[in-house]
Amino acid sequence: MSLLKIENLHATIDDKEILKGINLEMGPGEIHAIMGPNGSGKSTLSYVLAGRDGYEVTEGSVTFKGKDLLELEADERANEGIFLAFQYPVEIPGVAGMTFLRESYNAKLRHHGEPEADAMQFLKMVRAKAKTLNMNDDMLKRPVNVGFSGGEKKRNEILQMAVLEPSLAILDETDSGLDIDALKLVSEGVNALRNEGRSMLIITHYQRLLNHIQPDFVHVLAHGKIQRSGGKELALELEANGYADFAEEAA
Amino acid sequence: MSATAETVDQVKDLTADKYKYGFSTEIEMEFAPKGLNEDIVRFISAKKEEPEWMLEWRLKAFRHWQTMEAPNWAKVGYPEIDYQDIYYYAAPKQAGDGPKSLDEVDPELLKTYEKLGIPLKEQELLAGVVAVDAVFDSVSVATTYKAKLTEMGVIFCSISEAVREYPELVKKYLGSVVPYSDNYFATLNCAVFTDGSFVYVPKGLRCPMELSTYFRINAENTGQFERTLIIADEGAYVSYLEGCTAPQRDENQLHAAVVELVTLDNAEIKYSTVQNWYPGDENGKGGIYNFVTKRGACRGANSKISWTQVETGSAITWKYPSCILQGDNSVGEFYSVAITNNAQQADTGTKMIHLGKNTRSTIISKGISAGKADNTYRGLVKVMPKAEGARNFTQCDSLLIGDRCGAHTVPYIESRNPSARVEHEATTSKISDDQLFYCMQRGLSAEDAVGVIVNGFCKEVMKNLPMEFAVEAQKLIGISLEGSVG
Repeated sequence: MSLLKIENLHATIDDKEILKGINLEMGPGEIHAIMGPNGSGKSTLSYVLAGRDGYEVTEGSVTFKGKDLLELEADERANEGIFLAFQYPVEIPGVAGMTFLRESYNAKLRHHGEPEADAMQFLKMVRAKAKTLNMNDDMLKRPVNVGFSGGEKKRNEILQMAVLEPSLAILDETDSGLDIDALKLVSEGVNALRNEGRSMLIITHYQRLLNHIQPDFVHVLAHGKIQRSGGKELALELEANGYADFAEEAA
Repeated sequence: MSATAETVDQVKDLTADKYKYGFSTEIEMEFAPKGLNEDIVRFISAKKEEPEWMLEWRLKAFRHWQTMEAPNWAKVGYPEIDYQDIYYYAAPKQAGDGPKSLDEVDPELLKTYEKLGIPLKEQELLAGVVAVDAVFDSVSVATTYKAKLTEMGVIFCSISEAVREYPELVKKYLGSVVPYSDNYFATLNCAVFTDGSFVYVPKGLRCPMELSTYFRINAENTGQFERTLIIADEGAYVSYLEGCTAPQRDENQLHAAVVELVTLDNAEIKYSTVQNWYPGDENGKGGIYNFVTKRGACRGANSKISWTQVETGSAITWKYPSCILQGDNSVGEFYSVAITNNAQQADTGTKMIHLGKNTRSTIISKGISAGKADNTYRGLVKVMPKAEGARNFTQCDSLLIGDRCGAHTVPYIESRNPSARVEHEATTSKISDDQLFYCMQRGLSAEDAVGVIVNGFCKEVMKNLPMEFAVEAQKLIGISLEGSVG
């Protein structure tokens, strides 16, 4: 059974149609990459899946774990296992990273009718995971993303993902703004989270991220539709030829 | 529709049912006749079995009050108050002289405080030990840990009792910080104050317990006029907290309190308030008019007064807890969180008056506005000619939720000493759709997201609250903003 099934998805923002009939099916444990030029609808797709306000689905359906995903609020989708690693992680002044993680983690437990986590054990668990991402205690005490460098912000996203253990992680241009070392660190963090129960949807412009995180499938998104799908070799082809091939297929 | 645009609709859904302290207690009450005249002042004084000097002081204030006019400079609007349509004295009826010990307190009253989460049993300990004075309408109904405190030399009792038992102290300090002629509401309070707390901490003692007063307005059409006086003698320290709630009623009720603090050499008073009077419904019907005068005098050298307030309730808040920094090197602090939702109005801030040398003051004000509420910070920093080396730092931050509320900052700075340094910083921001979505994508409900963001915004102030109350206050912030986003 598929984990995520997107059928003929159309979505608009401010009455402008951005997604024009997306079809995509992902099985558990699969890694799919979505590549495409600027303005092709990549980020819109991630926001629509995560349930951001302001995006209207006009046609089509999204089924996640057999449920109608579009019926759920953003927080319910998160608690059901959808995680979006933001392209531009948001600053929340005054809220310590650890506090934010605990609130999120407990929200998920409550959603599943489980008791909240023991504070000490939770602290230990987060510290251990932070360490693998080269994040020290000081970063967990600082307010969420405030004054973080680009690399720190992205690592913080991966830490949240590690703690919340989603079944579908959407990585929205996680490679943007990262230097080579940071890219490597973040990729290692992501790879460590790969397992047969966790699917990932990796949104990127560039092949370089896919050198570090090997996808099972690659899709080209342009003009609001998936224009081509293939294996990881498709990414290399795109790297060589650019997106020019898809320009003429404008709707 | 964006999350903040939804605010507009969601606010409409917010009903006053969410005010969880809105119940009233059925208990037989004794009232003074409605209205205000010299006889009422005499009646209150007689009820309290006060000495002649106290009555004279009240009458002097009353006569002065009759010549005064209500202030209109604050950015708040409300219909004129009919002072003849208010009860000035309301007390639970009790047999004989009133309760001698906690065992004799009317069980209805104990139940009320239990419901409010205020333990009036001494064996029942919260995270820390807190002694409580419980004021119900016009009278103090119970004070806990009195014996233990007395042993150490700390006086903690109702102000009525203090007037009778410790007249020398009361005479010396009452009205010494807020004189009887100070302002319209304070003068009214001088005439008709009914109860409140009195604290005296003797020389060199660091009071080991938090002292706390819990004010409850219960009766209809009744004003609450409490008076609090706290004195920290040389080298003494005390931390004091007040909490307030009232039933949900359609008419507005007046609360005009006066708090006076005095610190002598090297003494410190930390005064914290969690104000949660009934705020009125979403259309601004009902709610408490919270017109309060709070002022502290750092009389002694190296003394310190610190005000921390979390203001979430009341239809209108008009209060400016202030510090008069008389003693050399004395320190005044004001940490404030004021939240207004729906039709609430708050005009609050502080005054720091620097008189002594090297006096320092810090003002951190966080105003949060949601619904169609108005929130004003109004403050004065005044450095007098002799305040050599005085320093002030002021930071005023406003947070807006939705697009129909208002935030205003009105800082006055007067410096008459060239060596003084006065700094003022101010910011205004909104909870962004990005922040809300980010939190919700991590699993927080919209309301929890607002709670987390607002608590982060207020952190600098909240960390000054005594531990025992910080958690409660954090929750209160969440509750106050319920329904402010989609």
